[in-house]
Amino acid sequence: MPYTADKPPLPETPEQLRARIPGWGADLDPADRPSSPREVRGLKTGAHWDLPEQQEEHQPRERSIEHARLTPVFGTSVPLKGLSGVVRRYAYERFSEARAAHWLLLIAADRVDAVESHLASLFTRRPDNPLTETGVLAEPSYHPVRSRAGRVDVRHQILDPVIVVGPWVLAGVVVYRRVRAMVRRART
Amino acid sequence: MRAMVYRGPYKIRVEEKDLPLIEHPNDAIVRVTTAAICGSDLHLYHGLMPDTRVGSTFGHEFVGVVHEVGPSVRNLSVGDRVMVPFNIYCGTCYFCARGLYSNCHNVNPNATAVGGIYGYSHTTGGYDGAQAEYVRVPFADVGPTIVPDWMDEEDAVLCTDALATGYFGAQLADIAEGDVVVVFGAGPVGLFAARSAWLMGAGRVIVVDHIEDRLEMARSFAYAETVNFTQHKDIVVEMKRTTGWLGADRVIDAVGAEADGHLLQHVTSAKLKLQGGSPVALNWAIDSVRKGGTVSVMGAYGPIFSAVKFGDAMNKGLTLRMNQAPVKRQWPRLFEHMRNGYLTPSDIVTHRIPLEHIAEGYHIFSAKLDGCIKPLVVPGAA
Repeated sequence: MPYTADKPPLPETPEQLRARIPGWGADLDPADRPSSPREVRGLKTGAHWDLPEQQEEHQPRERSIEHARLTPVFGTSVPLKGLSGVVRRYAYERFSEARAAHWLLLIAADRVDAVESHLASLFTRRPDNPLTETGVLAEPSYHPVRSRAGRVDVRHQILDPVIVVGPWVLAGVVVYRRVRAMVRRART
Repeated sequence: MRAMVYRGPYKIRVEEKDLPLIEHPNDAIVRVTTAAICGSDLHLYHGLMPDTRVGSTFGHEFVGVVHEVGPSVRNLSVGDRVMVPFNIYCGTCYFCARGLYSNCHNVNPNATAVGGIYGYSHTTGGYDGAQAEYVRVPFADVGPTIVPDWMDEEDAVLCTDALATGYFGAQLADIAEGDVVVVFGAGPVGLFAARSAWLMGAGRVIVVDHIEDRLEMARSFAYAETVNFTQHKDIVVEMKRTTGWLGADRVIDAVGAEADGHLLQHVTSAKLKLQGGSPVALNWAIDSVRKGGTVSVMGAYGPIFSAVKFGDAMNKGLTLRMNQAPVKRQWPRLFEHMRNGYLTPSDIVTHRIPLEHIAEGYHIFSAKLDGCIKPLVVPGAA
């Protein structure tokens, strides 16, 4: 009990644990663990430069304003584009990582990106298909009822389809209203 | 090449993409032979991580064969079978020079608060990931290691993140002989952290989750006592009771951003994205650890604020330790433990999914169907 100085007794002795658990105590010495001390100089990394060469920047690369320069190496996946790109670039150029606006704008841009991309896919030979892309067709083969028994997350899983289908319904409503308004204007 | 492509929250598909190119003299292109889906990939899949762009490819746990090398690469050759840490790092910046490989300053222009990670949004640098046939590997002389002959492919892929992260999490917990260690979360990282806690001399290891298949794995694989938090009115009181009302000496949060157990916390973060993560497990950790104890945070959280109980942490005099794992610093010791039979990482693999069926794989893992604990991805070209 914590009301006295003694620690509650353990159910097994070190000898019992060593006999039951492979490798028990192999890293017993805290000073002899791979990340001890946390910061250490002189590790061999394989690098043969002081400052890496600069990767070529083929188009303006957005970066945090907390960086003094573009990093020597960077990812080139999915450059900025569309309205989401405008929002993302604004978030990077205007707000530091310390500002909530930076991250909330990036999250908002993610949602804009999803809508833009879904709409754009409708004009391609492979439009988005929520049925195949969500993987829900796998449900019947993987014990959907038994797997969810007794879990607390079942209470909010109803929200998942709303998040997935919601933007499509919203886009449909917007498109329907726009088309209806255009038809009405054309008739008058 | 064929690659997994993100199409918006909860939606992915496989597409034809251009082969990655050498973009820096120390790049390599690796043909992926086995990749994995990480629990943290689900944060991307659910749209929780800022600047996750439609069209990007996920995947930061992988092994493969070197397909092409840049002109300055000295340590690898075409045809080498390599395992690649999830960290992208230069090896010489202020942080890398001190062993903080996961905090490299030279690889992520998008943020200074996090290093570079393969296939993990532009917030970690905008690199495409390895749930694809090929992947660009920057700083090929620094990150990748040739897979030892004795090492199994699936063991190797688990060394690239989950095992190294779990083992690192146990180290951060400052475990001393006889300590009572509680691990929240019986996913891959939690299971490896629990197993590693024994190596560091823990006297008791207790794993908490709400999914019975995972708790069973915690008992059989990690030799741990288990507690299903749904069977207790208040899990913190149960943790106090089971530790003689003292609290655990060390607690490890191996859950992170999408923790369940508190509806409001989960919905405001995982569903409405108004928090960087649902700190349910972290708050339970803070309240379950004893005064003066240590909380090790291995769960991944986004960069937005989260409603964490810092008052309790301060008043209890806790030590909070956390970081992304510097994977390669762990490898020599992990390899030793694997050769000795102390760690058997591939025992937790439950599903092997062809790349072409990865949408179903993500759904099974996300919805935790069929006892899914660790799914691997096998590209068709392998």
